[in-house]
Amino acid sequence: MTDFLQQVVAGLSSGSIYALLALGIVIIYRSTGVVNFAQGEMATFTTFIAWTLVDHGVGYWGAFGLTILIALAGGFLLERIVVRPVEGKPVINGVILTIGLFILFGGLSNWIWKAEVRSFPPSRPFPTSAWNLGGVAVSKQDAGILAVTLVLMVLLWLLFRYTKLGLALRASALNPTASRLVGIRVGWMLGLGWGLAAAIGAVAGLFTAAAAPPLDPNMMRPVLIYAFAAAVVGGLESPIGAVVGGLVIGVVLNLISTYDTHLHLDLDRVRLPLALALILIVLLARPTGLFGRQVVRRV
Amino acid sequence: MAPLLELEDVRARYGSVQALDGVSLSVGEGEVVAVLGGNGAGKTTTLRAISGLVTTSGDVRFAGERITRAPPERVARAGIAHVPEGRGIFEELSVDENLRLGAYLRRGGFSESYERVCGHFPWLERRGAQQAGTLSGGEQQMLAIARALMSKPRLLLLDEPSLGLAPIVVREIFRIIGDLNEKEGLAVLVVEQNATLALRSSSRAYVLEVGHVALEGPSSELAENESVRKSYLGY
Repeated sequence: MTDFLQQVVAGLSSGSIYALLALGIVIIYRSTGVVNFAQGEMATFTTFIAWTLVDHGVGYWGAFGLTILIALAGGFLLERIVVRPVEGKPVINGVILTIGLFILFGGLSNWIWKAEVRSFPPSRPFPTSAWNLGGVAVSKQDAGILAVTLVLMVLLWLLFRYTKLGLALRASALNPTASRLVGIRVGWMLGLGWGLAAAIGAVAGLFTAAAAPPLDPNMMRPVLIYAFAAAVVGGLESPIGAVVGGLVIGVVLNLISTYDTHLHLDLDRVRLPLALALILIVLLARPTGLFGRQVVRRV
Repeated sequence: MAPLLELEDVRARYGSVQALDGVSLSVGEGEVVAVLGGNGAGKTTTLRAISGLVTTSGDVRFAGERITRAPPERVARAGIAHVPEGRGIFEELSVDENLRLGAYLRRGGFSESYERVCGHFPWLERRGAQQAGTLSGGEQQMLAIARALMSKPRLLLLDEPSLGLAPIVVREIFRIIGDLNEKEGLAVLVVEQNATLALRSSSRAYVLEVGHVALEGPSSELAENESVRKSYLGY
């Protein structure tokens, strides 16, 4: 039992990283209606910005905060300049655009910072020790990352659910023309959606680097696949769904790899089929995802 | 006194199609004005030109301020609420969320607006949590008008409020519009295919034909006009 719980805890730790990245995907989808395939590569890119800041003598947490601000502004500008032309166009245009951004940011990270491995963060952002809870070791770092994930989830949920700004963000994605007619600056809202997502992506990237050093320009690729599965499982528009989806995926994958004594699955190889199988199962059983709402429309 | 809204020689085009070819019209303070015309005459485009949803040339003035080519969010801020053609509501959101969006530009004053609007549409209060897309067509149209009223506008632009609705619902909507005008002095510019009803509910009217004003005058006089009767009233 202790061993089982230990594996669950380990799963929650990787799951919270998937959840963070999935949160970014959910924000962009909910506030602009675009599925952002570049979410992971943007996160890597911003993590390297943090590395550069630290390399120039900025302290880790200072660089952490600065990077989030840079991501916020960068995401905003990216939407205003690059994503804007596909607004109001068929969904496929947005898909092609974000796949293009995926390639662009992946290429930029590899080009600017070379494909070499760097040690980052300079020191662990959380204490390296662990608590012992009835024989189960819980590392303070994992607990810290999970706590940050949960706090961000609650903040986003409150934002979308209870604030005027959140309502305006949602309205802009649903009906841009009607939104403008009630006085919402839709352009700002779309930009803000991307900015918020990029900022949360930056947190995901920084924590990925902290949880599994060293820093590597391709570090978010495997994470992105699971983050997507998490977002879809959660229903693509629910912050809570994204986090639950991420944690469930983290735990299930970890349990599979621990207790699979027959198939000898190599997780690195079966990652994609596993994630896709999960998406397929959820969509077949519940097309709106676990937390998605069915939209009813009179015709 | 200058009218509340004034359009002077307004032109607009969609690609190579000239939708408005020099439209001039005005709406006075507290006045209900109707715009009649067949399909493609430019009725909807006239409203869209006022709201900044199409690029225009010419002059649009509202309450002494020039709003030609102002973006929709600025026009809304100036005090014009536009209920677009069809269903200008957020179908995926709840009734309450739609009303909250209507009051987006207001700082505070939500509950005051809410009470006033629910006075005209009492059923809104009971159905706040319902998803707007599941309302009946008439209820959706009323919600769209209620949402527009939440911003406490000085001028309401209504685009075909009777479209696709049962006659009894249409009469109810026009009764409420008349109420709003009488009791609150709200100015209304209404575009309508139902010419009988539009002429009966307004004090003045314009008849648009292929992008320009063909006829204008007091609604009672237009209702007697031979060509209006033949073309739009059908007798």
